[in-house]
Amino acid sequence: MGSRCLACQAVFVPPRSLCPRCDSSTMEWERMEGRGKLVAFTCIAIGTPAMLKLGYGRENPYCTGVVELEENARVVARIQGVDTRNPGAISVGMPLQVDFLREEGDSGSRTVLAFKPLPEG
Amino acid sequence: MRKKRKLSRGVALVGAGMSQFGMFRDRDSKDLFLEAFRAMTASVDKGLDPADIDAFYLGNYSNDFFVRQSHWGAILSDTLGLVPRPATRTEGACASSALAFREGVFAIASGFYDAVLVGGVEDMSKGATEVVAEGLGMAAIPYEREVGFTFPGVFGTIATAYFDKFGASREHLMNVTIKSHDNAARNPKAQLSATLEEVMAAKKKRAESKGRRLPDWSDPKAFLRDTRANPVVAWPIHLFDCCPISDGACCLLLVGEELARNFTDDPLYVAGIGQASGRGLHASEDLTTFEATRYAAREAFDMAGIAADDVQFAEVHDCFSIAELLHIEDLGFFPAGQGYKAVEEGQTRLDGSKPINTSGGLKCKGHPVGATGAAQIFEVWTQLRGDAGERQVPGHPRLGAAQNLGGTGGTSTVTVLERR
Repeated sequence: MGSRCLACQAVFVPPRSLCPRCDSSTMEWERMEGRGKLVAFTCIAIGTPAMLKLGYGRENPYCTGVVELEENARVVARIQGVDTRNPGAISVGMPLQVDFLREEGDSGSRTVLAFKPLPEG
Repeated sequence: MRKKRKLSRGVALVGAGMSQFGMFRDRDSKDLFLEAFRAMTASVDKGLDPADIDAFYLGNYSNDFFVRQSHWGAILSDTLGLVPRPATRTEGACASSALAFREGVFAIASGFYDAVLVGGVEDMSKGATEVVAEGLGMAAIPYEREVGFTFPGVFGTIATAYFDKFGASREHLMNVTIKSHDNAARNPKAQLSATLEEVMAAKKKRAESKGRRLPDWSDPKAFLRDTRANPVVAWPIHLFDCCPISDGACCLLLVGEELARNFTDDPLYVAGIGQASGRGLHASEDLTTFEATRYAAREAFDMAGIAADDVQFAEVHDCFSIAELLHIEDLGFFPAGQGYKAVEEGQTRLDGSKPINTSGGLKCKGHPVGATGAAQIFEVWTQLRGDAGERQVPGHPRLGAAQNLGGTGGTSTVTVLERR
């Protein structure tokens, strides 16, 4: 979910209660369709403590990136279904679809925003 | 129409000193800060009576977390014998002491104080690497930490955006790293004061003494391409793209312009200062530029009445090699997307048209985060006064700049110093 400013129509994810563009506080919830494209990414070998606990590391890097949604908002997310040992083959601009993850974090189970490559066709 | 800003009273830099940068098991914030303070005092040509210092501004990011002690402004003030004069601590992540410098400038420009001590300190090496990483991560945007971003990860992401937009590659990041090592080898205060050739020779010698197979690197780039010698941290960022974990301190002495000659016949003047805030990765419309650096540079250069081309050399915030490319473009030294070519052509080397990070930068001089902003200004001071020895920018430069970044672009400052 994101928020849309009813004054200037700008969309924000994560949602904001004050529009930084026009200072309006008249915001409405907006549901994203969950499709977008990869703007930039990294494959992290030396991860955060939480990710190390989940088994990620030098031999098993994880991919995070910036995704531009069709709704014209950008999010940061985990990128699944790509070969993190061969990052040269991951291409900026590739179409993605949302793929929420359930993961154990420091304070219990949580949902993580993730995307995976959109199947062709 | 943006207001052109100016100081209502001129401010001069009349003393500067820094401690050795490195990882010191047996030296804490007080030891390092005293070393920097003594070096600063010794640098004041006509002598400094500490009784002349009216106030103290200290940049410190997070000794709270790194060594579990807050309130270092007042604690160091006591260490230096400055009590009861006021001590104020500033925090802006890795730009903490650039903020202290700016507050010191304002305090003098307002006429409230005549002489202000500006310092920066960080003591990072006492904890495990994961603890340091966690402490630094606290300056990142919570939303970005949630999905697993690390600092190298943020800059790795910026790098893939830059590569994609401008056709650059890892090889171009290597040019930045090689230059940083070459410069730091000429800086006795630097933490990593060896050229990559020297690093390679030392590693070969160690392999030989342990009876291991000798690596066959033909040149520094071959070394940097070897993922055993230079492992990936957050692709495309590798170990040698990253600054080290550092301890260190730096002290600067600011006075009212009309008082400068009481301290030295060779003062420097604050020609321009700029500071701006930026937003996170996800909210940035273009990942290949730091909005805050561009804004801060405009403000500083407008105030100084100069163009980017007039700046003869600069220290920029190269926490990761890719950051140096963005900053030299955001400062207007090179057009967008041309920075990597300028570095490749040698334009940013000591003998180039625009020497960058003559100190070795954060990458090799070291990055004790709270001390970095002040230490960048220390390098500009050293160069403008002609005291940089083997790494001296030729031609007796008159104008130099320092650019300091906090977090992943949340804070950026630009300072222009002038020798008249």
